[in-house]
Amino acid sequence: MSKTKSKRYSSMGDQIFDVCNYIFMFVLILFTLYPFINMLALAFNDANDSIKGHIYLWPRDWTIQNFQYVFSESNIFFATFISAARTIVGTVISVFCTAMLAYTISRSEYALKKFVSITFIFTMYFSGGLIPSYLLIKELNMLNSFWVYIIPGIIGVFNMIVIRSFIEGLPEGIMESAKMDGAGDFITFVRIVLPLTVPALATVSLFVAVYQWNSWFDVFLYNSSRPHLSTLQYELMKILSTSNTTASAADAFANAQGNKTVVTPTSIRATMTIVASVPIIMVYPFLQKYFVKGMVVGGVKG
Amino acid sequence: MEKHAVQLRGSTADDSRLRAFFKVLSRQKMLMLMSLPFLAWVIVFKYVPLWGWTIAFQKYKLARDLFDQTWVGLDNFAFLFREEQFYLVLRNTLVMSSVNLVLGFVTAILLALLLNELRRVYFKRTVQTISYLPHFISWVVAANIVQTALAPEGIFNVLLLQLNIIDKPVLWLGVGEYFWGILGATEVWKNVGWNTIIYLAAITTIDPTQYEAAEIDGASRLQRMWHITLPGIKPVIVILLIMNLGHILESGFEPQYLLGNGMNVEYSENLDIFVLKYGIQMNNFGLATAAGMFKTVVSFIFLIVANNLAKRLGESRLY
Repeated sequence: MSKTKSKRYSSMGDQIFDVCNYIFMFVLILFTLYPFINMLALAFNDANDSIKGHIYLWPRDWTIQNFQYVFSESNIFFATFISAARTIVGTVISVFCTAMLAYTISRSEYALKKFVSITFIFTMYFSGGLIPSYLLIKELNMLNSFWVYIIPGIIGVFNMIVIRSFIEGLPEGIMESAKMDGAGDFITFVRIVLPLTVPALATVSLFVAVYQWNSWFDVFLYNSSRPHLSTLQYELMKILSTSNTTASAADAFANAQGNKTVVTPTSIRATMTIVASVPIIMVYPFLQKYFVKGMVVGGVKG
Repeated sequence: MEKHAVQLRGSTADDSRLRAFFKVLSRQKMLMLMSLPFLAWVIVFKYVPLWGWTIAFQKYKLARDLFDQTWVGLDNFAFLFREEQFYLVLRNTLVMSSVNLVLGFVTAILLALLLNELRRVYFKRTVQTISYLPHFISWVVAANIVQTALAPEGIFNVLLLQLNIIDKPVLWLGVGEYFWGILGATEVWKNVGWNTIIYLAAITTIDPTQYEAAEIDGASRLQRMWHITLPGIKPVIVILLIMNLGHILESGFEPQYLLGNGMNVEYSENLDIFVLKYGIQMNNFGLATAAGMFKTVVSFIFLIVANNLAKRLGESRLY
């Protein structure tokens, strides 16, 4: 083994290439991770100290005050709750419904298979656009409600294709034998197909959960007058747009306000950035092998 | 007479086929119960808004009923095509999606090639995992990061000052001309790792004996990348490129909206923001719908052409 390896590395040019490649990869890792490390450092650094600048990789004046402040703000606390609620409720409902639909159009004997598939796939290429969709939500009296986060996105066509392809790859005999035992389609779906589809469901759940957790535009569009339905990302977005071109101006302003402030926009932004990204950072690496496969299947069929 | 008989026979054949269809369907009540509610959903939430395009031909007033609007024919379109702002946002849309397309392809292919050359599996997987990270975070967080990095005392200015490339901090997001570059770089940062997935999958389908043969012939790593790996994934590159050309009017919405400001608006505002501004913020629903309709219809034509092109190329590759 080591012999073939050393043979492979024999040429001088190849060795230089390898060294350069590793250096490049380390630079890439640095570029990708630095912003998060910097935000972590700012989030754990004393807000008034941060104004002096030069916080890069490590906090200078450790504190958890920023986090205490962020979670003591009732609007941010509730927004975090709504974000979590829509992520959980939205993912469970959407994944179950999308899988159920995908199951029906994976059944070759289903008479409406083609009609249903085409009706959904067509919507990938065509949409009414922002204004008609907004007016529809308004006409349906869904403005200012929690369900406007869930119902309009209940079926994802791309996700449907991923799950359908997966079900079609299952051995047909399993479903046949369930039918022989007298199980109806719904029972077959819940008892047999769902447990076997877990890899595809994991992929799709990740996509839906990330979409739900990261959403702010639907809050802005439909629920901006309802503070109790705001989400974490929307609160962060509001802070972002009030201190738009430069955070330091807002900091200076906060500083000039009598120095009583324990937090500054820069610190709040950094802290909320951490709160808004940590759940995702903790989950996605464990689903890597699933979503990589899911992307390839969806990319080929879609 | 004979003709009539033929017709009759034809219709009974249709009839019996229809009857057979319903007979099959009646045995599939459960499948229908499991799919038709969603069919209703897709009609309400995806097809009814298409009917909303009629608004583009109306002077739409919110206070009035949906059926009680004044029809104005093509006035909204006439106004739109005379509006200078429309051509500005169209330019921005096309330039931004072209920049993103070219940068996105080149960087993703390059990274996939380099990742493929990593021999240590564990290191390779770690780099991949880290490179996917920015794809999963929200645009709000990404915009936040970009703003922080590009602020006057942000890391970008600090580094450039240290290296003596600039002599005083630059307000990067305050200069319109820089916006397209900033956006392109941000998109690369966010999605380059994610975009390698499909290329890396394509690379695994390349026959390994080709590499062995090349190695015996004394080809270097770079030569193998250039003469084997790249041609091996060429079909995937071509298909993806064509499919993406179909999305040329979709330059994105969130990054431009979140990173845009009063100082760079001439360069950052695209079609989607134009629609939002006229429709939701200025209540000119007719004009905004006309602009949105223009975008969807042109996109659809592009997509059909792109799809056909991809299919034709796919078929010709089979022979």
